[in-house]
Amino acid sequence: MWRFIGLRLLQAIPVILAVITVTFFLVRIAPGGPFSAEKAVLPEVKAALEAQYRLDLPLSEQYVAYLGDLAQGEFGPSFKYPGRSVNELIGAGLPVTAELGFYALLVAILIGGTAGVIASLRPNSPQDYIPMTAAMIGICIPSFLLGPLLVLVFGIYLDWLPVSGWGDIPGDKILPAITLGSAYAAYIARLSRAGMLEVMTQDYIRTARAKGLPEWQVVIKHGLRGGMIPVVAFLGPAFAGLLAGSFVVETIFQIPGLGRFYVQAAFNRDYTMILGTTVFLSTLIVLFNLLSDVLAAWMNPRLRSQFGE
Amino acid sequence: MNFLASRPALVAALVLFLVACTAGESNVERGNREGILHYGNGSEPQGLDPQVVTGVPENKIVSALFEGLTTKNPWTLEPEPGVAQSWEISEDGKIYVFHFNPEAKWSNGETLTAHDFVWSWNRALHPQMGNQYAYMLFSVANAEAYARGDFDDFSKVGVEALDDLTLKVTLNAATPYFLQLMDHYSTFAVHPETILKHGTMTDRYTKWTRVENMVNNGPFNLVEWKLNRRIRVEKSATYWDRDNVKLNGVVFYPTENLVSEERMFRVNQLHFTQELPLDKLPVYKEMEDSPLVLAPYLGTYFYLFNTTRPPVDSLKVRQALAMSVDRDKLIRTVLHGIFTPAYTISPPGTMGYQPPQLFEYDPEKARRLLAEAGYPDGEGWPGVEVIYNTSENHRKVAVALQQMWKEELNIDVTIANQEWKVYLDSIDTMNYAVARRGWIGDYVDANNFLDMYLTDGGNNNTGFSEAEYDNMISQLAPQAHSQEERFEVFHRAETMLMEQMPILPIYTYSSKHLIHPSVRDLPSNYMDHLNLKYVWLDPDWNAQEGGQ
Repeated sequence: MWRFIGLRLLQAIPVILAVITVTFFLVRIAPGGPFSAEKAVLPEVKAALEAQYRLDLPLSEQYVAYLGDLAQGEFGPSFKYPGRSVNELIGAGLPVTAELGFYALLVAILIGGTAGVIASLRPNSPQDYIPMTAAMIGICIPSFLLGPLLVLVFGIYLDWLPVSGWGDIPGDKILPAITLGSAYAAYIARLSRAGMLEVMTQDYIRTARAKGLPEWQVVIKHGLRGGMIPVVAFLGPAFAGLLAGSFVVETIFQIPGLGRFYVQAAFNRDYTMILGTTVFLSTLIVLFNLLSDVLAAWMNPRLRSQFGE
Repeated sequence: MNFLASRPALVAALVLFLVACTAGESNVERGNREGILHYGNGSEPQGLDPQVVTGVPENKIVSALFEGLTTKNPWTLEPEPGVAQSWEISEDGKIYVFHFNPEAKWSNGETLTAHDFVWSWNRALHPQMGNQYAYMLFSVANAEAYARGDFDDFSKVGVEALDDLTLKVTLNAATPYFLQLMDHYSTFAVHPETILKHGTMTDRYTKWTRVENMVNNGPFNLVEWKLNRRIRVEKSATYWDRDNVKLNGVVFYPTENLVSEERMFRVNQLHFTQELPLDKLPVYKEMEDSPLVLAPYLGTYFYLFNTTRPPVDSLKVRQALAMSVDRDKLIRTVLHGIFTPAYTISPPGTMGYQPPQLFEYDPEKARRLLAEAGYPDGEGWPGVEVIYNTSENHRKVAVALQQMWKEELNIDVTIANQEWKVYLDSIDTMNYAVARRGWIGDYVDANNFLDMYLTDGGNNNTGFSEAEYDNMISQLAPQAHSQEERFEVFHRAETMLMEQMPILPIYTYSSKHLIHPSVRDLPSNYMDHLNLKYVWLDPDWNAQEGGQ
């Protein structure tokens, strides 16, 4: 088990190094730089700015210096926000985005899991079609449509929930979590339905039924553990995806998360911030993928053989 | 069974929770009671260092925290005493002597001195500082040469502390708008000891602007800065004119998404919005007692011509394109009627200056000019591309113009959007034929628009170059003996510019805000200038409305 984890972590190093290198050079190839502005600045001023951020050095030297900083855990100063380091900006945005992602995932698992399980119990009946159609619609409705719709109904017409903000007014986390979670709920519904359908035909389920267990115990105690494996495998990448992809929801609800910083950094050509967030998020994605593999193996005895146990 | 039994409790809890949510007092109600203005500020500021930041959202906050030698009256935009309680201007307009208010204090209680200003202007102009607004001080003698690094002895620059409370400024030439510049944040004083405590004079990457470190001199002090969430300032106890500051505090929100900002306003989370999405305008315009406030704004929306690239290198083609745009129709149909047609670069009525109008909408003449240029009824037209930075509104304008040119001149024009930095790069390298452009004035004077088209002007980007024009703007106008004479020079220069037509003016901007009826003394003005010192909130606004 530990050997497997160690090996996977070792494999991650070249991946992350490749991400750093590609991102480092790609952002510099893009037209326009961090200091190009609508109102032209003096060439002397621009040169002074570039010198303060080492942009006057040859690219190779910049690259080596950046790797040196990274090795010390420093992502460098932000270009767009003078006086703030990328570490600080990520530190400010990450807890918010992680919390949002956590709630969204909770919404997704609760709604999606329940819908999927219910649908799987009577395949090809209305009990299957209705939740699955809803799930299909959920996948199709983008968050930039669902978010404003929810705001309009619950925030403005009914005046039940705040229209924006994060942690300022009670209840302001509900709509963003539902908006972000709904698309994932739809995926989870489909995954759990498929997983459950497969599991519920297995011999051990028949044995459980033959023992005379009530149906709900068969489903919850015996069915879920196996039926949810595809969902667990999906959760790791999904959580990483939530962290990286919460930009739209953060913008709609004015949430001070990492997603907004990430996308703005690209528009601002904030080199260090683009690099910092990309490296950070790609590391997270690698870690979460590993985590979900480990979890899936723990839940599925057949997979444990690959750990040599 | 268990689950069923707990469900009524769950439902009850949810209902209670929702009731609790709705029963809460809104920001506006609480703000009115406590004297706190909730202000939609556009976006998260880059920072709060007056000599580092650029941009409108930064301006609003920095101007609440700091004060320059003068301030602007929000109704008239005339200079009013700030740190300087009075000033004298020499006959030739080249020497300004500012007398400081002895009551002008830093937020740590120290008296603000003329030496602080000399130090801060050195910082603002220092070549290593990378201050993008350094040019705001270029009218000061030798300032530009110092900023370019021609010499490193700051004492040669025309600013000098005669004593602790007297500052003498020597200019290159009479600059009638100089006092206005003293209200621009790049000319503000910063507290030298505080800066040096957290870094060197020219460090951009320091922590002196953090809540716990900042020392400032304006009507408000920084009390909370939550990234991408809010910035909270409260009334300063050390500000010299504190008795006239009516608000107890202001909360600035980074409201990047215009649609969200408007929604926040609708549910009383904001007193003031920085903008309004264009498509919401009709609703607000028709509303009774509408919170919508529209006002002319010192800025021009126009297209640039690259005069070195065919077919727009031909003056007749440029004229034909300009004359076949029906600006009134464009504004009425696409832009909800809130802007004013523009026929030249400088907006009308800057300090009394009225720009010339050399042409009007005349499709007949446009067709004739196009034929003379070699494209009768669009025959042989090689095509041309208009670029604009990605934005729905810019696209709408471009599509409308494309259509007008097709109808009036029978020519095909392609339009292409570019991401902001790509677009800036295209303009900077003149890699375009026709490009959308906007210019917002930094001070109310035609010079701010006309000096763009100097031959070596960093914002020219059109290839326009006329020695006589350069001479008028940089030599004759500053040496003019009277405002009338100066305006006369501007008029001649602008006439020359528009005869060559390196630009295609489209409209003069308007500011558009939603303002809650409880907000008082926050008037509209040409610069969309905010002077928070005057603003107050009327908790009884509703009663008054009822009483009237």
